[in-house]
Amino acid sequence: MRIFRFTDAINFMRFKWPALMLSALLVLGSFGLLFTKGINWGLDFTGGTVIEVGFTENADLTQVRAVLAERGYPDAVVQYFGSSQDVAIRISPREGVEQSRISNEILAAISQTSATPVEMRRIEFVGPSVGDELKEQGGLAMLAALIGILLYVGMRFEWRLSVGAVLALGHDVIITLGLFSLLQLEFDLTVLAAILALIGYSINDTIVVFDRIRESFRKLRDATPEETVNDAVTATLNRTVVTSLTTIIVLVVLFYMGGALIHNFATALLFGIAIGTYSSVFVASGIAVQLGLNREDMLPPPPPEKEGEGTEPLL
Amino acid sequence: MLNQNPLWRYLLVAGVLLLALVYALPNLYPEDPALNINATRGGAVSETTRQQLEERLVASGLTPKAVTLENGQVLVRFQSAEEQLRGRQVATELLGNVNYVTALNLVPTTPAWLAAIGASPMKLGLDLRGGVHFLMAVDMKAALDKNINDLTQAFRADLREARVRYRSVSADVEGGQVQILLRSAEDVAAARAALSRLDREYVFTDGAAEFSLNVSLSENRIREIREYALEQNITIIRNRVNEIGVAEPLVQRQGADRIIVQLPGVQDPAQAKEILGATATLEFRLVDEQGDLAAALNGRLPPGSSLYTDRNGQPYLLENRVMLTGEHITNASSSYDEYSQPQVNISLDAQGGNLLSVATRDSIGRRMATVFIEYKPGEELQADGTPVLVKQEEVINAATIQARLGRSFRITGIGNPAEAQNLALLLRAGALIAPTQIIEERTIGPSLGQENIDLGMTAIMWGMVVVLVFMLIYYRVFGLIANCALVANLILIIGIMSMIPGATLTLPGMAGIVLTVGMAVDANVLIFERIREELAEGRSVQQAIHQGYDRAFATIADSNITTLLVALILFGIGTGPVKGFAITLAIGILTSIFTSVVGTRLLVNLFWGGRRVQSLPM
Repeated sequence: MRIFRFTDAINFMRFKWPALMLSALLVLGSFGLLFTKGINWGLDFTGGTVIEVGFTENADLTQVRAVLAERGYPDAVVQYFGSSQDVAIRISPREGVEQSRISNEILAAISQTSATPVEMRRIEFVGPSVGDELKEQGGLAMLAALIGILLYVGMRFEWRLSVGAVLALGHDVIITLGLFSLLQLEFDLTVLAAILALIGYSINDTIVVFDRIRESFRKLRDATPEETVNDAVTATLNRTVVTSLTTIIVLVVLFYMGGALIHNFATALLFGIAIGTYSSVFVASGIAVQLGLNREDMLPPPPPEKEGEGTEPLL
Repeated sequence: MLNQNPLWRYLLVAGVLLLALVYALPNLYPEDPALNINATRGGAVSETTRQQLEERLVASGLTPKAVTLENGQVLVRFQSAEEQLRGRQVATELLGNVNYVTALNLVPTTPAWLAAIGASPMKLGLDLRGGVHFLMAVDMKAALDKNINDLTQAFRADLREARVRYRSVSADVEGGQVQILLRSAEDVAAARAALSRLDREYVFTDGAAEFSLNVSLSENRIREIREYALEQNITIIRNRVNEIGVAEPLVQRQGADRIIVQLPGVQDPAQAKEILGATATLEFRLVDEQGDLAAALNGRLPPGSSLYTDRNGQPYLLENRVMLTGEHITNASSSYDEYSQPQVNISLDAQGGNLLSVATRDSIGRRMATVFIEYKPGEELQADGTPVLVKQEEVINAATIQARLGRSFRITGIGNPAEAQNLALLLRAGALIAPTQIIEERTIGPSLGQENIDLGMTAIMWGMVVVLVFMLIYYRVFGLIANCALVANLILIIGIMSMIPGATLTLPGMAGIVLTVGMAVDANVLIFERIREELAEGRSVQQAIHQGYDRAFATIADSNITTLLVALILFGIGTGPVKGFAITLAIGILTSIFTSVVGTRLLVNLFWGGRRVQSLPM
């Protein structure tokens, strides 16, 4: 079975401009959202307290809110978490009290509202200073990942491809962040991990295409750069789609079966991988071509460290 | 002939898989709910106690699987969690919770032959096991401030001793220095000379005012103070955690001023917070030698004295007047005296030195007792369910005062080195110089932990099934080969996770495994697509297989190195659960290259390599 059967290369680069325009639009839109609506930072980054409690029957949120307001927590965000028996209560950091005690008070208050026993399922408290640190570390990690990739791809390939790859990555990350801003989904540490995993996945995809571009330049001696890129993208299209498909399938499984705690993790990756697949086909190579990628730059191949070339087969 | 492999290669891959399988096996055995019973303060539980406990448990209608004595602690395995909880009650009733600590635990039931080769199940993170994670910050400013205040007092005494007249000596806590105001340039020079003789680590700068001198501490000394404050807190927290009764606690330093505390299985974070935050103090009191101990034991206390006991129940009659409290202790360590007998060296701050010097002036030859006071959770519960903290006072040492004591003194005549060490530890614990604060807490209730495991397992299973079916349909027989690689990959991941001592499985880690399952087929997709292409270009089957693997490998290596790079960065910056994700991702990348490149090649070669084959079933 095959998804696509082509005899000739598809002219992907014909869509270079529309694709780049669309991407630019999406990136600008995402920036707009990020600046206006901002990101709904999770507890890990803002600091504060989240308490998840389980009731034996359906929980009455209004009652819980009333009790908390009475105890001096009118700003508590109370919502169902995963099911109507689980309630998550989020309280923003406050000044002048011993923060780590808040959870004790709230648990005690809620236990008194319900006739049946209330089960403590989860408490998370993050001090404001820790939140700022995590934010800083997260940003740093993302930057480090991008720079590391820029260097590696620059070393293994040509600088135009390297720039194309990193711009495509930035594109994937920004648009995914834009989605989180648009839907106001909570951005916590697991989502950060998902974004970093997305960077890993997306570069993986892009490199497969680039590898092929390099090869096609060697194979097609009289083709224009655009034709060469078209040939490479077409040749890898089946692989791109199949791998994205299997990954997306397992992510759908994770989304529906992984539980409420990794819902946003799965969302970020699902969306990101869809965007990443598109960007490694259109954006990364489109940019490289636009930067003036040509046959001479890719020669003389092969680079001395190329694995498996001209040596004994591995196995 | 193309595409044939020597036998050893098959053996090697089979061996690696078998090894991983064996080490992955312990994960299949369920864990037993169990009780750990430890004696407090480094004591050991005796065989008699073990027998008593077993008899009592059986008498209470419980059927423990095993009651064993290992490494000075008793381990009781139960059939069910319900019996475990009842068993804990029985044990606490029998043993009390002063001399013994009873902790709930889950112990693996790895069969002996697996345990013998070092195989054990994967460590589960707190988000899967349930438990409490605290990140505590040590208030370093308090430690440094206290130090500046101590120095200020010490300088006054030192300058008087050196006969340097000063106008004032004051602490500049904000600037981290001591300001000394003097009367003349000669005095400034003299003060500087006198103080620098005492300690080379003082740093002198000229003050803003005329004839003034600022003294601060060198970077080195400040680092020492911070290190000491951190180490001291870690020691104290370790002791307290042992009191809570946790089976496998983790107390670990993080960075310059942080401490991570992980208490698996603890279900009441409020209680844990109380205990970690509880303060221990020390008091030095004179032993009342005139008072009648026998009469006091009968309830007739001499005025001005009270009755205390030590750990062994030995009574002491101590004066109510406190000579010195533990907050003045700056350091305590154990060593050996000139006769190679164990001793404890104690250093006090300036004020403490003065106090003790005055208090011991007229008491040479009398005995001085050290009383350790701490607050422990008792049997009673408060309205909100947290245990009432009970004050416990205990004489930890009584020694004869040989001479007038000053800023540093020593306690000799201690039974053995271990006791000296313990005493030094208690002395330090009673003299906390820098308070700690909980700056992060993550508590997962036991039922949520189990739920997370179940969710993760279902996700992995279904993710696996869906991908297996897809590959089978899409690549037919070759799909089957890729599927073998995928299953082998999962076994390898679990086996390696079980083998690496530091690797813990977390919920994001499980998500990482699911993701790896989806991504692991990538290598095979690359190879198979390549083989199809080579065939389409008219190459022979053998050529196509050979070229397909060969050419795809460079791409696979390139693309996976970058993902590995990301996993490493994640591991470097991530904490807890995210680190777990990074570990599974990294392991998954490496194992998937192995299984899908090396493993499938062997299978493909085995079936089609070196034969006259016209077409491939893909």
